[in-house]
This record gives sequence, C-alpha cells and structure tokens, in this order.
Amino acid sequence: MSSSKQALAHPASSAEAAPGTPPGAARGAQGRGTPPPAADSWRSRLYRWDMKASPYAFIAPFFIIFGAFSLIPLLYTAWYSLHNVQLSSLDTQTWAGLDNYKNLLSSDFFWNALKNTFTIGVISTVPQLLAALGLAHLLNYKLRGSTIWRVVMLTPYATSVAAATLVFTLLYSWDGGMINWFLHFVGIGPVNWRESDWGSQFAVSSIVIWRWTGYNALIYLAAMQAIPIDLYESAALDGANRWQQFRHVTIPQLRPTILFTVVVSTIGATQLFGEPLLFGGVSGSKGGSEHQYQTLGLYMYDQGWIIGNLGKASAIAWSMFLILLIVAVINMLFTRRLRKSL
Amino acid sequence: MTTSELALPQARPKKDRSRRVMGAGKQLHAGPVTYLVLSVFALLSLAPLVWTAVAASRTDRRLAQTPPPLWFGGNLFKNLQAAWDQAGMGTAMFNSTVVAGTITVATVLFSTLAGFAFAKLRFRFSSVLLLLTIGTMMIPPQLAVVPLYLWMSHLGWSNQLQTVILPTLVTAFGTFFMRQYLVQALPTELIEAARVDGASSLRVVWHVVFPAARPAMAVLGLLTFVFAWNDFLWPIIALNQQNPTVQVALNSLGTGYVPDQAVIMAGALLGTLPLLIAFILFGKQIVGGIMQGAIKG
Repeated sequence: MSSSKQALAHPASSAEAAPGTPPGAARGAQGRGTPPPAADSWRSRLYRWDMKASPYAFIAPFFIIFGAFSLIPLLYTAWYSLHNVQLSSLDTQTWAGLDNYKNLLSSDFFWNALKNTFTIGVISTVPQLLAALGLAHLLNYKLRGSTIWRVVMLTPYATSVAAATLVFTLLYSWDGGMINWFLHFVGIGPVNWRESDWGSQFAVSSIVIWRWTGYNALIYLAAMQAIPIDLYESAALDGANRWQQFRHVTIPQLRPTILFTVVVSTIGATQLFGEPLLFGGVSGSKGGSEHQYQTLGLYMYDQGWIIGNLGKASAIAWSMFLILLIVAVINMLFTRRLRKSL
Repeated sequence: MTTSELALPQARPKKDRSRRVMGAGKQLHAGPVTYLVLSVFALLSLAPLVWTAVAASRTDRRLAQTPPPLWFGGNLFKNLQAAWDQAGMGTAMFNSTVVAGTITVATVLFSTLAGFAFAKLRFRFSSVLLLLTIGTMMIPPQLAVVPLYLWMSHLGWSNQLQTVILPTLVTAFGTFFMRQYLVQALPTELIEAARVDGASSLRVVWHVVFPAARPAMAVLGLLTFVFAWNDFLWPIIALNQQNPTVQVALNSLGTGYVPDQAVIMAGALLGTLPLLIAFILFGKQIVGGIMQGAIKG
C-alpha cells in the first residue's frame, strides 16, 4: 500500500500511519500523549476497518439510488412487458408471454413510429452536427469577447424542451406564424407545418437542431483546442491552405469526438419525446392527425398513459433499448474498423 | 478555472518567429466574415427567446394576425400575471426550485464521494463498477418509468414532489464527471499525507477532497440544476396540474389548459427566466464545464 511507503519516509509518525505495525512497538516511537494499549489497538482496528470500508461507503449512496431507480426498474420493465398491465387496474397483472411484442410487430403504428424516429433522427442529427462543426471552427479563431460568443451559442440549451417547443409551435403556425411570413417574402407559399408529412417532421427536427447545435459546437471546440499547433504549422509549411488544413488536420484529429457526439445524438434521437408531444398540441401523443411525427417515445407514452396499456408500453421501451444496443454494436464495429484503417 | 488550462494546449512550443507561417491554424485572428457568420448564428440562437418576450407582451388576437409582431406591446405584465395565477406558474416555479435544488445538492454530494472513490481509492470490482456506471449512461429514461409509476401509485405518492426528486438524486454522468476531474486535480500525495497524520476517511473527504473538488462541484451543480429544471418525461407522468413543476405546467399550457397564446408565451418566458439568469451570471463556468466534460469524455 502506498500509505505504508509514505510511513517509512516519516518514521516519527509511523505509529498512526502504518496499520500493520504492532501497537506496542509503535508506542515506543511515539513521543506525545501515548494512549493506553487497549484504546490504541481499538483505534488501529478502527483505522484498518475505515480504510477497507470507506470506498464502499462512498460509492454506496450512488449505487443504492442508481440501482433502485434505474437498474432494477430496467429489469422490471422487461418483466411487465411480458404481462398484461392496464392503467385502470394496476394490481391485476396477468402473464401474457410475448403477446405484447407480437402485438407491436403486427402494428402499423409501431413501424410508423420506428420510421419517424429514424427520419427525424437523421434530419435533426446530421445538419446539427455539421453546423456545430462549422461553428466550432469559427469559435476557434481568436475572437473579441470569445466567452460571450460561446455563452450566446449555448443559450438555447438553457431553454427547456417544453418552452422551446411552445415558442416554435407558434413560429410555425399556419396564419400569423413568423416562418410562413418570412417564406412569403422569398416567394414561397405558406407551408402547413402541422399537417404535412415532411413539413411537420422538419419543424420538429428544427427544435432539436436549435437546442443542441451550440452545445455540440462547444464539445468540438474543446477537442479542437487540444490539437497540437505543430500539426497546423507543418501542414501550412507543406502548402496546405485553410480548407485543406481543416479537412486533413482538424477532421482526422476530431474523429473520436465526432464519433462521441454521433453516439450521444443517436441516443437522444431514439428517445425523442417532448418536442413532438408539445408540437402536436391537444392531440400531441398521437403525433399529428396522421401520426406523421409520432416517434417511439411518443408512441410509448400514448400506449401507456393515454390508452392505458402499460404492458405494451413496457414492450415499446424494451424495443427502444434493443435498438440502442444494436446501434452500440454497429458503432463498436465501426470504431474498430476506423482504428485499423488509421 | 482549470478548464482553460485543460482546453488549451499545455505547452505551446516557443519557436523562431520566422517559422510561424501565415495561415497556420488557430492563432489566426478572426476576419469580418467570421464575425458576420457568427452573428447570424447568434441571431438564430437568441431570436426565438427575444421573440418569446415580444409575443408575451401582445394579445392572443394580435398573435394570430399577419404580419406577426416584431416589437414589444404593452401587455407583458398582464400576461405574466395571468401565467403566474391561471396557469399555475407561481406554484410551478416554487416546486421546480425545491425539486431542482434538492437534486443538485444530492447529486453533487454523492457524485463527489463516488467519484473520489473511483479516482483515488483501491477496492474490489472498482473497474467493473465504473464500467457499469459509464455503460448505463446510454439507457433512456423510458426504461424506468413504468415500474416507477406502479411503485409510486402503490405508495400513494402520485402528484407529490418526492416522486420526481427521489429517482433523480444521482446521475451516472455526475459520478463519471467527478471521477475524471479528481483523477488529475487531486494529488495522491495529499491524501497520503493526511493519512499519515492519522486522518479518518471522512476527515480526508472533508479537508482534502472537497477543497480540491470545489471548482468541479460548482460546475456539476450548475449542469445538474439545468438538467433537473428541464427534466420532462418522468415529471409529466408523475405529476399533474394540481401540483406541477415548471415543465408540467408548460405541458398543460401546450395541451390547451389556457388557450391564450400570449399567456402561453408568458409562461414559457417565466419558466426559462431562472436559467437565463443563471446563464448570464455563470455562463463562463457552464461553458467551461461542458467543454471540460468533452475533453475527458
């Protein structure tokens, strides 16, 4: 143990430092106020016990709460997904086997929600990360008031999903909406952002993009600042212009960070819920009149708490989890290949 | 802040001036185009928030007309008043302060303890447990809400604040964040020296770990408060308009609780205001915290 190594360097205080030292021998070395032998061995035993137990005591609050409210519910959700659990009669749960899952696989709404989750996920994640990359590049210049720029880019992150969606819903409204008014100036007729397929999916995605672009830009910026300056200098000596430097120095150096943000954004996109719920207004949990923006997260809430079938909701939740696991495996394979090719 | 030390390259090699080539990456000063593009981004970031205030100062009728209002009207305080009373934003702000405050204190405390153990103490299964912590960061909240709902209704706790406080008292992110910080910010010799003096583990935590962790604790506190204030899925399942948090009240507004759009915007403004103030006061620290988490992650 490292603490006993330390004790050897300071023989004067070895009595209290090295728990392994016999109390008798230690007492002789100690100058000030020697405690009686019984108390001393009690103290050293307490000390040894403290050294051993304290790490567990320190992690205990975290793991007890985390286990009770995150890990155990995960397993219970799997259990309930195999049962018939209705919101109206919570105490009678009957075994249903795989019925909930079969029910899902044969439901058009499930596949529709899966498709929407994927589409909205792509049109919200890809532009968001590209814009964040460009924004980070700009923030990486020497700027006047660089902190203020960064804080400003992050303000959408302070806005909650609910507040942001309420505002954007009004901006996207059919008549009197700011966005249709702007489009009118560019000569584009009013778009029905609520009802049209792609329009509503774009509108929902834009809320995600607005809230998260600045956040991701800061993550890229942090990674950019960790790139050694020599790389740029030698690239410039080789005659690389700014775009080539960005393409051949910045991007390869950022690869792990980009991968990280892709994973985080994918996780976020899979559980997308609040934006489509509130964008839909009164009938929000349906994801629009034609379910055109009902995501998996929304479908789960709708089945569980609006229709009242909690067993089915559990099955949807586990489907989401399985999808994420598949994404994680793909990501791992992709990373491994990436590493080999480098 | 340690953040800037971390984010910037550690030792910039002092080279001969003549070797410094024009166009070499980051030491470039921004040109007018950079400022222009950044201003567009800034406008896009801020405009929806400013417009929220504009809309909140108008009337419902005005908001349905074309062209939409671009400047403030005279109804701001009337609408804020209506949002505060009718939409329950007053109760909601109080409840959210209690909920987010409790969650922040608990998360920072427990994350620091666990992060310290993972960073500096040797114990059995520590690496397995740390991996478990990191791995579970990707589990969506949807995987927990059905059992939580069943338990809470069994206990008769629905619509009570502890329902939304208890499950969120710790986060895997917080523990990992503190662990990453303490690995480098807390010198092992300092702990050993305290041990040599016979300090108990609790004394080590109080006199060595907490002082060393303070900057990261502050940042984690800010991030946790933002997260807890804005948490949506579980609160709207567990609570309703009788005893709402801010997000629950906003959800009610969105589903037609009060049909007046100007009042809805006033509610959105009220619910965002505390965090906007926090961003104005601690923006630098929050930015630093996010960037620091990124470097380590």
